[in-house]
Amino acid sequence: MKVTLRVWRQRGPGAPGRLERYEADDVSPEMSFLEMLDVVNEKLIAAGDLPIAFDHDCREGICGSCSLMIDGVAHGPMQGTATCQLHMRSFADGAEIVVEPWRARAFPVIRDLVVDRSALDRIIQAGGYVSVDTGGAPDGNAIPIAKAAVERAMDAAQCIGCGACVAACPNGSASLFTAAKISHLGLLPQGQPERYRRALRMVAQMDAESFGGCSWFGECQEACPKEISIDTITRMNADFIRGGTVARADGSR
Amino acid sequence: MLRFYRSTVGKKILMAVSGIIGIAFLILHMLGNLQIFQGPAKLNGYAAILHGPLAEVVLAQRVVLLVAVVVHVVMAWQLTMRARAARPVGYVERRSQAATLASRTMRIGGVLLLVFIPFHILHFTTGDIRPAGTFTPGNVYGNAVASFRIPWVAAFYVAAMIALGLHLYHGAWSSVRTLGIAGPRPHPLHRPAALVLALALWLGFTAVPVAIALGWVR
Ligand code: HEM
Ligand code: FES
Repeated sequence: MKVTLRVWRQRGPGAPGRLERYEADDVSPEMSFLEMLDVVNEKLIAAGDLPIAFDHDCREGICGSCSLMIDGVAHGPMQGTATCQLHMRSFADGAEIVVEPWRARAFPVIRDLVVDRSALDRIIQAGGYVSVDTGGAPDGNAIPIAKAAVERAMDAAQCIGCGACVAACPNGSASLFTAAKISHLGLLPQGQPERYRRALRMVAQMDAESFGGCSWFGECQEACPKEISIDTITRMNADFIRGGTVARADGSR
Repeated sequence: MLRFYRSTVGKKILMAVSGIIGIAFLILHMLGNLQIFQGPAKLNGYAAILHGPLAEVVLAQRVVLLVAVVVHVVMAWQLTMRARAARPVGYVERRSQAATLASRTMRIGGVLLLVFIPFHILHFTTGDIRPAGTFTPGNVYGNAVASFRIPWVAAFYVAAMIALGLHLYHGAWSSVRTLGIAGPRPHPLHRPAALVLALALWLGFTAVPVAIALGWVR
């Protein structure tokens, strides 16, 4: 199959950028979107041009490196799928496909389609951990956890930190990412001691990184390759509210 | 407290609380208005109670509502500016996948409500705006009938109520989520209760200008 790409090209941070046209002529429907870009890049390199820069690593949908706004949808038209797992069979033969980087003030473009997502790392650093005392490893299954809590914690834990939620949100909000991390830890017993402090600190960091607020558009949930629910954001807000009252009382600020 | 106010989550919580105060008022207001269908004596009698024995309650309620509206609008403004700043470079191509019409029109619909509310108060409360040329304090029924016979007045109110209905369809659902009191749902974007509430308020408020414009209430 054949597709026409219109790809955002930008030499470096702050440099002007624009959409460039590329024809990809012998695309197999079995190729992933990134493999298709690899083929386009081989031709560019052979012609002495600069290849299109894009982020990728595992190519099996688990690392969160890949990104791309494809035809105006984060990670492209397949629901619950990261770009590396999106295949060219999802596109019509002869289609024109617009490829852009994630857009947010907190995600400055480094080059072409690569953006700096370290703002998400700093949100994690602000509280996305549990403190564990040293000593012997605890016995497996020593802490009983309700099935429902495990399921919801693990659903939230699926977040791979790709930033699609930010890219898809009309407000450029990182609420779904932050809420997934807060829910994942806050639903488990190991996460209880720092639960409310975590919510306060991670929300504060999210704001400090100049992401927008949540308006409950629901776009993030649809864009998320792991289909994380906006219910996590409800939970984040609940922990944030309790954090303002409870945390002070138990000295955990 | 300052930390709460400074955060986007805190600001949104203030919006949700002030919005819910507004909804509570609107339910009472609509039930009051619907007494127009029971005739002039009933409606004007209700107004007389509000301005007679309940005058202090009404005054307190006005103060609460005024504070709520100011907080709501200021927070809406600040959050909108933050959201704009969060994406300085937009997309060439962007397709919405989930956002409802209601959610996407919160800001513009809110501005329409901000125009409507002062107009409405100057129109029916103070009588400074007199589309029909007359205004009789206490004769709520007569004032409404005289005004809504004028097509543009009825049309303006009907349009404002569409904006209100949409605003509440999203707001009634989102506010309980903002406050963290909604439980997990299999389909979090579905909102039957908000739909019922928004439809009820929209119908209840729209019924009055429509019934008068069509000559059913005279
Ligand atoms: C006076 C003009 C008004 C303006 C400018 C306005 C503006 C807004 C905006 C922009 C939002 C969405 C904020 C966001 O998601 O970032 C919103 C939410 C909301 N509004 Fe209004 N609004 C107005 C009046 C009202 C009235 C009269 C009511 C109630 C009767 C109301 C109830 C709500 C509720 C419940 C929310 C949801 C809050 C949440 O999601 O947590 N608003 N408003
Ligand atoms: S490359 Fe690892 S998730 Fe796509």
